[in-house]
Amino acid sequence: MKYTIPKEELVHPGHLACQGCGGALAMRIMLKTLGKNTILTFPACCWSVIDGPFPYSAVKVPLFHTAFETAAVVASGIKAALNRVGDPKTNSVAWAGDGGTFDIGIQALSGSAERNDDMFYFVYDNEAYMNTGIQRSSATPKGAWTTTTPVNHPKATPKKDILAIMAAHKIPYIATASIAYPEDFTRKLEKAKEIKGFKFFHIFAPCPPGWRANPKDTITLAKLAVETKLFPLLEIEDGEKYTINLPKKDKGKPIEDYLKLQGRFKHLKENDIKEMQTFIDKKYNRLKILEEISQ
Amino acid sequence: MKKDGDKIIFENAADLPDMAKSMGTTRFNKTGTWRNERPIVDTDKCTGCGICWKYCPDMSILEDENGKAAIDYEFCKGCAICVEVCPVKAISMVEEEK
Repeated sequence: MKYTIPKEELVHPGHLACQGCGGALAMRIMLKTLGKNTILTFPACCWSVIDGPFPYSAVKVPLFHTAFETAAVVASGIKAALNRVGDPKTNSVAWAGDGGTFDIGIQALSGSAERNDDMFYFVYDNEAYMNTGIQRSSATPKGAWTTTTPVNHPKATPKKDILAIMAAHKIPYIATASIAYPEDFTRKLEKAKEIKGFKFFHIFAPCPPGWRANPKDTITLAKLAVETKLFPLLEIEDGEKYTINLPKKDKGKPIEDYLKLQGRFKHLKENDIKEMQTFIDKKYNRLKILEEISQ
Repeated sequence: MKKDGDKIIFENAADLPDMAKSMGTTRFNKTGTWRNERPIVDTDKCTGCGICWKYCPDMSILEDENGKAAIDYEFCKGCAICVEVCPVKAISMVEEEK
């Protein structure tokens, strides 16, 4: 068999993720590259369930379960302790969902980013509070169904632009990654390992039960999100230098291709879809301009 | 503390550790029982490209002695991602038997 990403598995099978979980795959790829020399911090998120009940664990590295709003600050503390005992090489990793990043954890995240602590922060974004029963978060896209934004009142506000918020902190490295492009993800991780300071990763992780999608379509959805320019894969260095890696062509696929695979967008009318397409094109063009002026 | 395979059994309160810590792995949890359909690999068609291995969220794609894909039925949850991503359509789903 050909192995295009590191072969060693640091996640045990038998974990409690749903069938076709994007978040579980994201963790698997991340740990493969960062390696055994890693300490994880989980706030409340899907992964605090996926990891399994006491006294079991699904990962082969030390991990620390913490409160919802404290992922970043606990990882900062672990890094400070590692420095104190003379082990600056071990990676301190905060691993949070979109609720623990966009909403509840943003204060601690902003603090750690501003102090430029030498750590990784990963947000695996499934666009709602999935393990508590699909409540909307500020990462839920406009027009999407969730249990707290029913079809008669779908979410009225657009997704929070977390990349712009993080870029405003002028941290050394920000990247977006997708589970559908593991080689791109591992390359960015290898690059980030060499950088000292705060590293932020935004990972797109489809959630079949929460998106009312078929588990087999997880990879297809993640791929389509990139190809439709909804979630372009990019890097931001020092908050200034933008590089768009994917999609390669500026003319993306129509957003319908992505929406029609998901039950949470089933109620959208033609006009809503058109509006969404304009929103995506506008956002992507803005990124293109940022890339151009920063080169 | 007793161990029954991958399972850990505490017999009474005194048996519990001083703090919550991991003492075993989730391998005790045989997620293969979640499946309704099982994936079958056609080893004649399989080219050993490793794409299904790369995308499996449950670490359930193994390598057989010829370098082809094999499924770990103990843990495979039957999500069919491997069927979807296979470039030569070498994996198919069949209904699970009781």
